[in-house]
Amino acid sequence: MKILVPVKRVIDYNVKPRVKADGSGVDLANVKMSMNPFDEIAVEEAIRIKEAGKADEIIAVSVGPAKAQETLRTALAMGADRAILVETDDTVEPLAVAKILKAIADEEQPGLIMLGKQAIDDDSNQTGQMLAALMGRPQGTFANTVEIDGGSVIVKREIDGGLETVKLTMPAIVTTDLRLNEPRYASLPNIMKAKKKQLDVKSPADFGVDTAPRLTTTNVSEPPVRQAGEKVADVDAMVAKLKALGIA
Amino acid sequence: MKTLVWVEHDNKTVKDATLAAVTAAGKLGEVHLLVAGSGCAAVADEAAKIAGVGKVHLADDAAFEHALAENVAPLVVDLMGHHDAFICPATTTGKNIAPRVAALLDVMQISDILSVEDGDKTFTRPIYAGNAIATVTSSDPKLVITVRGTAFDKAETSGGSGTVEAVASTGDAGLSTFVSSEIAKSERPELTSAKIIVSGGRALKDAETFQEVIIPLADKLNAGVGASRAAVDAGYVPNDYQVGQTGKIVAPEAYFAIGISGAIQHLAGMKDSKVIIAINKDEDAPIFQVADIGLVGDLFKIVPELTEKL
Ligand SMILES: Cc1cc2nc3c(=O)[nH]c(=O)nc-3n(C[C@H](O)[C@H](O)[C@H](O)COP(=O)(O)OP(=O)(O)OC[C@H]3O[C@@H](n4cnc5c(N)ncnc54)[C@H](O)[C@@H]3O)c2cc1C
Ligand SMILES: Nc1ncnc2c1ncn2[C@@H]1O[C@H](COP(=O)(O)O)[C@@H](O)[C@H]1O
Repeated sequence: MKILVPVKRVIDYNVKPRVKADGSGVDLANVKMSMNPFDEIAVEEAIRIKEAGKADEIIAVSVGPAKAQETLRTALAMGADRAILVETDDTVEPLAVAKILKAIADEEQPGLIMLGKQAIDDDSNQTGQMLAALMGRPQGTFANTVEIDGGSVIVKREIDGGLETVKLTMPAIVTTDLRLNEPRYASLPNIMKAKKKQLDVKSPADFGVDTAPRLTTTNVSEPPVRQAGEKVADVDAMVAKLKALGIA
Repeated sequence: MKTLVWVEHDNKTVKDATLAAVTAAGKLGEVHLLVAGSGCAAVADEAAKIAGVGKVHLADDAAFEHALAENVAPLVVDLMGHHDAFICPATTTGKNIAPRVAALLDVMQISDILSVEDGDKTFTRPIYAGNAIATVTSSDPKLVITVRGTAFDKAETSGGSGTVEAVASTGDAGLSTFVSSEIAKSERPELTSAKIIVSGGRALKDAETFQEVIIPLADKLNAGVGASRAAVDAGYVPNDYQVGQTGKIVAPEAYFAIGISGAIQHLAGMKDSKVIIAINKDEDAPIFQVADIGLVGDLFKIVPELTEKL
């Protein structure tokens, strides 16, 4: 079985994003970029499934600029077997990403596609569900545990009230939540090896996908800034303030 | 514009999260509701009383009992023949279903809207963990939207006179099955509707200490209990306690952040709270930059004293 893992290059989660003064977007010049954290979890899970003997090839895919090759090399260094970059400098929305991923899945026929639940830049939380819809396949979103059981995958999902377990007929789409695993760091020898692994570069047009955006962003602004209040000296002062505000 | 709002429920009662979505839908036009579930006629009757609601579509079938997206999405797509927008609360159920519907309709979903702007296809939404607010306009013929619950008032639960109309089931897609769920029953206010929230972070050491320190304060204040990701990852509390960019978004009257540093991902989930109270031993912790009332010191001394004096 093959596992397809889409990975997105995004602003590093440790960086505080800055909005450009002209309202055109977030300033990404000279900002540290990394693999979307949820996608690292997806790569890790795919590797664990392969290590357990339940998969034989992991293919990492990214849709993005030439620099997204670095993100794919990270996935390869962690343990993915080969990679596909669908290169474009345009912003590609989740719907179009899902269409490209569907075209790749049609060619590769993976049994499982593991995505992150959410990209931490657009915070859309859509691509996996859209891909599942386009493929007419089941979706196990916000996965806390994933277990392959013959032709099915059993996914325990993190939901608002707690946890829910569903059983999906493969091929299936899974999106990862934070507790699924702790991703490994790539070792130096593996980083070296990853440089020699196969990385194909394609374009959205190769898959016949129109990436023209459906949403137009007319402005990006900073949220209202919250002013820090005061520090109080001790618990009595805190209690007095809470009482004055009617909280206690 | 005619909208179809997903009613969040447990086959018995309407969940609060529905109400903010109804308010958002009201800004777009006529509000219809969808109650999909199993043995859920009482939910439809309750939903019909929500202020401002027109028709309530009731799809009562075993296939919808657990709101599996594979089964629900085709039903919604059918109904979208007569509606211009599909609106879900941004709950885990809404986030699971809405994008599946959007892709089947070939439209781009607008996630987690904060406001409806002039013209009815322009919205604001948070990006980059709420560090930026984008204004976006859709060019799609139909809209699929999820609504951030804290950004809209709740519609009144009475005064409405909607009519309930049964719709034919689209059946079981045969792709997925529900196996089980672990839903904790608690007498405590739900996080997303609690007036006061007491949250604990990594500093709470372990599950037992979290219980001993945080719970008595929460009890005293009749508060909901939340946590940082670090506290959830370390197993102090279950996953549904997580507040933040990728957890629950809350905006209570008062939010107590105890032993929480204030990482941007945590702030993303609570910085719209009316009053923020922070207790942290590090006077430079970022949480103090958003706190209205801060107290620097050891939480293991402060919190029991505070609980006693309140
Ligand atoms: C993709 C991604 C998504 C994320 N999503 C979320 C999210 O939704 N929600 C979230 O919360 N985080 C999220 N995070 C994690 C976030 O980046 C932080 O790691 C996390 O919020 C830190 O939790 P914390 O403040 O409890 O722990 P720490 O940062 O370790 O802070 C502990 C604090 O306790 C204080 N302290 C220690 N001992 C005491 C004491 N005795 N008395 C008083 N104070 C004390 C310390 O000074 C410190 O400030 C996410 C991260 C990633 C990468
Ligand atoms: N440009 C992209 N390239 C590869 N994978 C992507 C891309 N955009 C989104 N994804 C995948 O879809 C997930 C959810 O993204 P989103 O729907 O944008 O929040 C991510 O965690 C990735 O796994």
